[in-house]
Amino acid sequence: MESVPILKIGRTLLVSIQVDLQDHTALQLQEDLADRITSTGARGVLIDISGLEIVDSFIGRMLASIASISRVLDATTVVVGMRPAVAITMVELGLSLGGVRTALDVEKGLRLLDVEEDDAEHLLLDPDGTEAE
Amino acid sequence: MAPEPVTPLSSLLQDRRERVAAAWIETAAAELRGRITRTELEREQTDVLDTLVAGLAAGGQVLTDPQFDGLRGLLGSVSTARARQGFSPRETAVSVLALKEGLYALLADRDAAVAPADLLTLLRLVDDLGLFTFETFATARESIIAEQAEQLLELSTPVVKLWEGVVAVPLVGTLDSARTQVVMEKLLQTLVDTGSEHAIIDITGVPAVDTQVAQHLLKTVVAARLMGAECTISGIRPQIAQTIVALGIEFGDIRTKATLADALVAALRTGKGRRAETSALTGA
Repeated sequence: MESVPILKIGRTLLVSIQVDLQDHTALQLQEDLADRITSTGARGVLIDISGLEIVDSFIGRMLASIASISRVLDATTVVVGMRPAVAITMVELGLSLGGVRTALDVEKGLRLLDVEEDDAEHLLLDPDGTEAE
Repeated sequence: MAPEPVTPLSSLLQDRRERVAAAWIETAAAELRGRITRTELEREQTDVLDTLVAGLAAGGQVLTDPQFDGLRGLLGSVSTARARQGFSPRETAVSVLALKEGLYALLADRDAAVAPADLLTLLRLVDDLGLFTFETFATARESIIAEQAEQLLELSTPVVKLWEGVVAVPLVGTLDSARTQVVMEKLLQTLVDTGSEHAIIDITGVPAVDTQVAQHLLKTVVAARLMGAECTISGIRPQIAQTIVALGIEFGDIRTKATLADALVAALRTGKGRRAETSALTGA
């Protein structure tokens, strides 16, 4: 059974969905992600859907539930690279992905996660904001 | 008294064409005064009359006969030209129907022996000509309207780049579903192409906002948000603000600004904040 690879970059998990997902693959991804978040202690999950041409209500719900699961496990989810046509379809379907953060591409998504991470760590460890890492 | 030999309609018309044409042009010119020069009108009508006589000589009876193919083509191009020049339907129809005046002149002529059946055929033919002209006129008008609607769609939706990472759509005119769809797709595509994180929809030029238009705007904003861009609506005029509130439309957490300038400043401020945070992170 094919599965979607999950890459780890720093404290972020990157999932790039390149082909249209089967329902069971989507459910598998959801489980795998939950496992990886706990095992790696990741703080952010980046889901790149620039390869998806169709997002139906099932995938929409999957994205929302991945976001909820990550939030419970203390990680932020960012969905990046949604195509215009997909965005329009989702709006027409009434799926607004409430609670999921979005960014135009992977780079901007990573920046979004970094900033949040940065805020939290600065407050705890480096209130002056002088340290680089 | 022996019945006079009945001359065929075509040769009769050919013989009296001067008189027919004179009466025709007189009536038509009176109607079209100032819209078209008399010489032009004469040339047009001579052409039509020639083709009509030729068609009749070839044995044509009704307008759909193949003998009148030339006539139909000629009239078609004349009335299409009239439609494009902005003539009124009346002016276009009269210039053909006035041919009847010419035929009445023919009738008053004692020398001409016109068989009643022939005359009826001819009058019917002229009626058909009138109808045909009008139909072509209407078709030409409709195609002009369709062309203009298409041009309007192309013209009215420019997406402009205001700043690095900020794009704007100045909307002008009434919004309907088709237009909003085009605007939405163009805006979202531009966001992807330019990698902009801020979009501003300026509705200064929109005369009225009803529930449907508001719905379209909201959809665009939500779609942009799904793609990871922030959308601001600017240029809401006082009356429109009142209408929106009176209609009970909820703009929710969508950012609105009074002018395009305010929206740009707000977008830049957010962008700057984010950049500052990033540079702090990467360790400037």
